[in-house]
Amino acid sequence: MKTNKLLLGMTSVLTALSLNAQAADSIKIGFLTTLSGPASAPGIDQSDAFKLALKQLGGKLGGLPAEMISVDDQFSPDAAKQGADRLLRRDKVDVLTGVIYSNVLLAVTPAAIANKTIVLSSNAGPASIAGKDCSPYFFSVSWQNDAPHEAGGKYMLDKGYKRVAVIAPNYPAGKDAATGFKRFYKNELAIEMYPKLGQLDFAAEIAQLRAANVDAIYYFLPGGMGVNFTKQYSASGMDPKIVRVFQGYDADQQMLTVGDLINGIVNTGQWSSDMDNEANKLFVSEFTKTYGRVPSTYASQAWDAAYLLDAAVRNVGGKIEDREAFIAAIKEAKGFKSVRGDFKFARNHFPIQNQYARVVTKMPDGKYLNKMVGPVLKDHSDAYIGECAMK
Amino acid sequence: MGILLLEQTLNGLQFSVTLFLIAAGLTLVFGVMNFVNLAHGSLFMVGAYFAAWFAGVFGSFWLGLLCALPATALVGLVIEVLVLRRLYAKDHMVHVLATFALILIFNDLVRIVWGPLPLPLDLPTGLAGAINLGPVPYSSFRLVIMLSGVLVGLLLWFLVTRTRIGMWVRAGANNREMAIAMGVNVKWLYTAVFTFGTVLSALAGVMLGPFVAVESGMGDGVLILAFVVVVIGGIGSVLGAAAGALIVGVVDTLGRTALPALLSALLPPTIATSLGSALGSMMIYLVMVLVLFWRPSGLFPANT
Amino acid sequence: MKVLISRSTLVWVLLFGLLALFPWLATVAGQDFYIGVVIRIMIFAIAASSLNLILGYGGMVSFGHAAFFGLGAYAASIAVVHGADNVWLVWALAALVGGLSAFAVGYVATRTRGAYFIMITLAMGQLFYFLFVGLRQYGGDDGLRMPARPGLGLGLDISSEMVFYAVVLLWTLLMHLMLARLVRSRFGLALEAVRENEQRMGAIGYSTRQYRIIAFVVAGVMAGVAGALLAMHNQFVSPKMLHWSQSGTLMIMVALGGMGRLHGGFLGAAALLLLEEVLSSYFSYWHIYVGAVLLLVVMVSPDGLAGLGRLFRRAPAATTGGGRNQ
Repeated sequence: MKTNKLLLGMTSVLTALSLNAQAADSIKIGFLTTLSGPASAPGIDQSDAFKLALKQLGGKLGGLPAEMISVDDQFSPDAAKQGADRLLRRDKVDVLTGVIYSNVLLAVTPAAIANKTIVLSSNAGPASIAGKDCSPYFFSVSWQNDAPHEAGGKYMLDKGYKRVAVIAPNYPAGKDAATGFKRFYKNELAIEMYPKLGQLDFAAEIAQLRAANVDAIYYFLPGGMGVNFTKQYSASGMDPKIVRVFQGYDADQQMLTVGDLINGIVNTGQWSSDMDNEANKLFVSEFTKTYGRVPSTYASQAWDAAYLLDAAVRNVGGKIEDREAFIAAIKEAKGFKSVRGDFKFARNHFPIQNQYARVVTKMPDGKYLNKMVGPVLKDHSDAYIGECAMK
Repeated sequence: MGILLLEQTLNGLQFSVTLFLIAAGLTLVFGVMNFVNLAHGSLFMVGAYFAAWFAGVFGSFWLGLLCALPATALVGLVIEVLVLRRLYAKDHMVHVLATFALILIFNDLVRIVWGPLPLPLDLPTGLAGAINLGPVPYSSFRLVIMLSGVLVGLLLWFLVTRTRIGMWVRAGANNREMAIAMGVNVKWLYTAVFTFGTVLSALAGVMLGPFVAVESGMGDGVLILAFVVVVIGGIGSVLGAAAGALIVGVVDTLGRTALPALLSALLPPTIATSLGSALGSMMIYLVMVLVLFWRPSGLFPANT
Repeated sequence: MKVLISRSTLVWVLLFGLLALFPWLATVAGQDFYIGVVIRIMIFAIAASSLNLILGYGGMVSFGHAAFFGLGAYAASIAVVHGADNVWLVWALAALVGGLSAFAVGYVATRTRGAYFIMITLAMGQLFYFLFVGLRQYGGDDGLRMPARPGLGLGLDISSEMVFYAVVLLWTLLMHLMLARLVRSRFGLALEAVRENEQRMGAIGYSTRQYRIIAFVVAGVMAGVAGALLAMHNQFVSPKMLHWSQSGTLMIMVALGGMGRLHGGFLGAAALLLLEEVLSSYFSYWHIYVGAVLLLVVMVSPDGLAGLGRLFRRAPAATTGGGRNQ
């Protein structure tokens, strides 16, 4: 009798233990983003959006209670590495997301992949990870770094501009932007300029634009540089017929600062806040209601990240510990309603999506909206997919 | 081509005057008090933020300017009395550390108060466009900036060389102990000089505010530029700051314009652009190293 | 020479002992993440100590020290990317690069004094920074990955965290002992004397500039090795490591720990990194607190944490007393 009870007891304990070792009872999301310092606006946007999405989903992703652990990467790959280590090893997160900047992403991805943690990029999309360093554990729900530039090039080609200038800062991302642009704008450029990163005064560059008699300018000047350039350009008496095109994610932020000066300027990106689908309508209204501002492209990507995970977790019935199945579910993205409409991944785990032209428009209430103009590139995937070995 | 040359010359000059405006406050504090003030960039930033805020409240750039200067002066006064005053006698290391701490504090403080996105600051209406200087359209506000730089230069020169306060300032810069022995109230002189330096930094911030992003960290790049100018020109003299500003302004503009063009003539285009832009970024630092190697105390230092 | 085991030496022996045992303790407690934290602290301790040599002992306010740190890291990463698989070779390379660049900077900078010195070191540091930002082949602003740590030989696998921890601990010990010997040697005493009164030292026949340059080179070598270790720890390096804000961070560490105090670099690195770790998990505006702490330290205890003990004693010890006027 006693032995039976003992055996029964032991069996139930063992069963309980093995059950706990099998099923995950929650999903842990490591949200590594830039929350401090001057470059923190996109990170804060993403953090806000992700939190809002979680709230909308009742604090659950696909039925599993979700825990979001935020870490500040301090805009430094070295600090980010330590933060990522903490998320991977101490907090044992299932998914790492939220990274804004490419250098941070490149620093933390290898360790995450080695740890069999899924990296879901909600912004950065460096060429190496789209190509030769692609991995089943990596997904991008945002875009590959070249995409808006390629769209810019195509837009200018379609419009038939003949004397085009390209301006980008003198660092690899800037050079990549120019390369991406030239991949689709096949004509010769009138002038290319690569000002110093963080440059304050653009008078010299503007003078050269004037002398080169350009009819269109494509510029990639992220952050403060873009605001500087825009302010100075507008004051220098350049021909208002000159067309300027830049990137959607910068436009979203600049609208709040120098809206008047970029009124009517075209920008490229995969999303627009006036896109007409259910998911987007919900996103924009909830975000505006909660935070008192129109969401940016960054925010849209973080929201999508949450909803993508929600769909994937639901499709594996909460069994996220089976990484292969979880990865397959993310890749399939069944039931995922992106704020961009339909969504699908290419074989390198980057999205195949449209790139749109949008135009900054002043609304009757005085605020600015980035209005959809139309698609520039349809079902577009990146140029590096050929280097990726994944099927 | 002629138009481009004219415009670039104007730009070089304008950039020089802007640099002088930025560096004026720093060289004064440096020269008189022998104080390495890394917070100079932060005061520039605070000036720009106040201007943006007040301009937004009153709807006028000029009212924004008028309110921003005393507001920033107050901030400068507070940090001088509370913190910096105790540190003058200590060595440069301590100045550097204390003012570096202030940079960290101010960068976060403006984010806390005004948020992480840049604040809007528009050009004053009427000066928002360009006027034609002969064949060249030139931004009217840039001309105003040049004017203010020149006025500040004249004001400083007048104050320092022609007034009693200026005499004390020069005495304090040249030989502090002697000045004290001669009865100059050095403590309050220093406070006055620092506050005045703050006003100059703030003025630069307000004048440049409409042309740059008013955001956390905007002072850091400005700080380095100001230091380069002051060090090349020689610490403590207005003439030095002017000389330094002229050199840096011209070299930087040339580096960004003539250099790529020159290299394109000699080398294949891709290498020319890469090399040109790389060198362009490093230009002013290279010049500074060269100048200091030849003249370790800058070109026209106040203390010889 | 008689070796007196002072109380402080005993404390430090105990501390190193504890550090040696730490990885096992952490693993047993299931907190092996913190092994990485301590590795990082030790690496920065070496870098900060190297700055302490020129800043604290030498009295030279160098605002470009991060350049040697970053150059060592890049030397190591570039070597590995090009196929170097011998960590001894990589360390030697990093030390060489650090030392040579420090010689170049030191040679030029020591022609100047005071604020000019500060600026020229900052400028030269920025030159290196912009060089790497623009260097496309080695990643530029995106940084450079170190595919694998170069081999240690000796039958040990350096990719194992325990082994790497031991390696870093040994380097920290070695650098600490080296620094201790150096500052107590004739060279060290002369260096401090040059800091205190350069004119007098020059008058009695010392080539003061030489002492400064040598100090620079030694510091450059130390920082270069530390940089290589960080590159191996993260298996990644980016130009941020050379930026003047990183130099500022190192200076904060030295200030917090105690300038011109033997343990200043180590205490300061530990204090700042732990402070950052704790603060950043609670506040998104944590820079303000770091700034406030730094300000407090600068105003209250100029000798940093190492000097705190002094505040509670009666009379100051007669070491480097007196003002530190330029």
